[in-house]
Amino acid sequence: MDTMQQAPDTILDVKGLRTVFRIRSGELTAVNAIDLTVGAGETLALVGESGSGKSVTSLSVMRLLTRNIGMIAAGTVRLKRKNGAVSDLVSLSEREMRRVRGDDIGMVFQEPMSSLNPVYTIGDQISEPIRIHRGADRKAAMDAAVSLLDSVGIPDAVRRAGQYPHELSGGMRQRATIAMALACDPTLLIADEPTTALDVTIQAQILALLQKLQRERGMAMLFVTHNLGVVAQIAHRVAVMYAGRIVETGPVAEVFRNPRHPYTMGLLASMPKIGEASRMKQAGKKLYAIPGMVPGLMNMPKGCAFEPRCQFAKQNCCEAVPPLFDVNRHHQTRCNRWREISDEIGQ
Amino acid sequence: MLQYSLRRLLIGAGMLLALSMLIFVMLRLTPGDPIDAYIDPNVPMSPSDLVELRDTLGLDAPLPVQYLAWLQQAVMGNLGYSIKRPDQPVLSLVFSRIGPTVLLMGSAIVISIIAGIASGMISAVRRNSVVDLSFSLFAVTGISSPPFLSALVGLYLFSVYFDWLPSGGMLTPGRDFSIADLLHHLILPAALLAVAQTALIMRYMRSSMLEVLNQDYVRTARAKGVYEFWVITKHALRNALLPVVTLIGSTIGLAIGGAIFIESVFNWPGMGLLMVDAVENRDYPVIMGSTLVIGACVIFVNILTDLAYAVIDPRIKVG
Repeated sequence: MDTMQQAPDTILDVKGLRTVFRIRSGELTAVNAIDLTVGAGETLALVGESGSGKSVTSLSVMRLLTRNIGMIAAGTVRLKRKNGAVSDLVSLSEREMRRVRGDDIGMVFQEPMSSLNPVYTIGDQISEPIRIHRGADRKAAMDAAVSLLDSVGIPDAVRRAGQYPHELSGGMRQRATIAMALACDPTLLIADEPTTALDVTIQAQILALLQKLQRERGMAMLFVTHNLGVVAQIAHRVAVMYAGRIVETGPVAEVFRNPRHPYTMGLLASMPKIGEASRMKQAGKKLYAIPGMVPGLMNMPKGCAFEPRCQFAKQNCCEAVPPLFDVNRHHQTRCNRWREISDEIGQ
Repeated sequence: MLQYSLRRLLIGAGMLLALSMLIFVMLRLTPGDPIDAYIDPNVPMSPSDLVELRDTLGLDAPLPVQYLAWLQQAVMGNLGYSIKRPDQPVLSLVFSRIGPTVLLMGSAIVISIIAGIASGMISAVRRNSVVDLSFSLFAVTGISSPPFLSALVGLYLFSVYFDWLPSGGMLTPGRDFSIADLLHHLILPAALLAVAQTALIMRYMRSSMLEVLNQDYVRTARAKGVYEFWVITKHALRNALLPVVTLIGSTIGLAIGGAIFIESVFNWPGMGLLMVDAVENRDYPVIMGSTLVIGACVIFVNILTDLAYAVIDPRIKVG
């Protein structure tokens, strides 16, 4: 991974990203040493529980961290833009960064209700990036917004464009925010838990829609979620985050079949499987849960952040943060003992 | 929308009717007798003359009958005659004074809305900066100083000490009417009347804006690449205005109380001065008439506020 040249189809290439939060008594590191790449037409899922730093990572890429509090302290975020040029977003001026947002990168947020402005019509909000980035006039932008609504599967798009967010259902609203993110044909789509606030049936529709749109447009997609089921459905590759670092990354099928980090193993083991519930109940077994809690940003362990909760931990685990080890060319894990553990559990 | 407006107007008329009853009864509950106002204390009057006068004026009838008699005339536009100046119908007296008051209050309201919203916005965006702190200091001072105090301090500072502005009146006597002269007289009372309301609007605007700036849709706007200026003035402002509009509507009634003080201090020939004179002279018809007209204005402004609210917030269903 380290020696990788920027491949021709790489859209997003994050290297050594460290984001800190300023507090009264100093700085807290929210995410550290993040490396990730997303290629055109590829979906990378960023998985982790609340507070693992997945949303901070996506907001860092957009440089939308709360001003004066969140700050990128180190690293590069290289983005291949629509004109073919590659820019390091970390070093762009705020002016230039504003041109990237909504034009080269589209973003879909978690809450479709609160992420749409209640006092402007859907059509107005979707046409806004088109007016800003393409300089389109009101009429042309509105026509474009209507056809975007059509393409995200909203029936009666002309009427819907004239409506306000509260007049649409949750699923409709999320379709509208997707249309908004896609308005300028971005090279990268960042979806920050786009289905978390939706019904399960609507979730499936939205995921299918995102997949379809990605295939049609050949976009790169960075998909942030805590739901492993969603990862399996939508992503090509996955990066598992724990306490601000990527602990394991690789192709979804391989990571799910052969997890090489105890945290990933724990996550997968704590997922209920269809048909097992009744058997487990009969056997008097409970669903597995990882013991303990995620360490807070204030008291991060010196060594491996997962060590206090890890059943495989040995003395040397708490000495230094482990580096990423190559399991193979595509699969890395941040565990000192990954080889021994695989032998222990007989894989 | 039309139906909604009509319904609101109808309710407003009902409120006005209730208000008129209230004033009528309250005026009669105050010590003293309206008949006193008609009597010249220097001319002796026998008790039988008094009874006769009472009878001709209808003051011996029961209170509800008196009220109905007044109401019957009032709906036809006759609010009676001033006791002090019997040749002056109340309505024309009130109308001759309404212009200056509307001018004074209107200017004060416009000043306070513009200054309050702008400074509140700046305070929220530049939170905890020197600008924010100085605005907040102004607001605390403005909210906590009663109009009679701020009026006197302002009068002393700008008219007496610096001698920049006239100390009273609406126009310079003996000079031809000119807008400049009017503005010169208007600026001090209007600004002083606006102080308290500006401070109030500013505080509301600041907290409302701070709340809105943390909303997801503001982040969405930034994620679309909207210029920061438009993020604030388009996406955030309109949402932040919603609670402030209600506040503005409901404080206009309060501002009228302030206007009465300011008019007295600055000798501004408006409704406030008329009312103060009428109360001093026990001029019942004038008190009734001017209170009613002011009440009607407050009710009307509140209706306008509700309509403005419905225009700004599409979630409010009207009709």
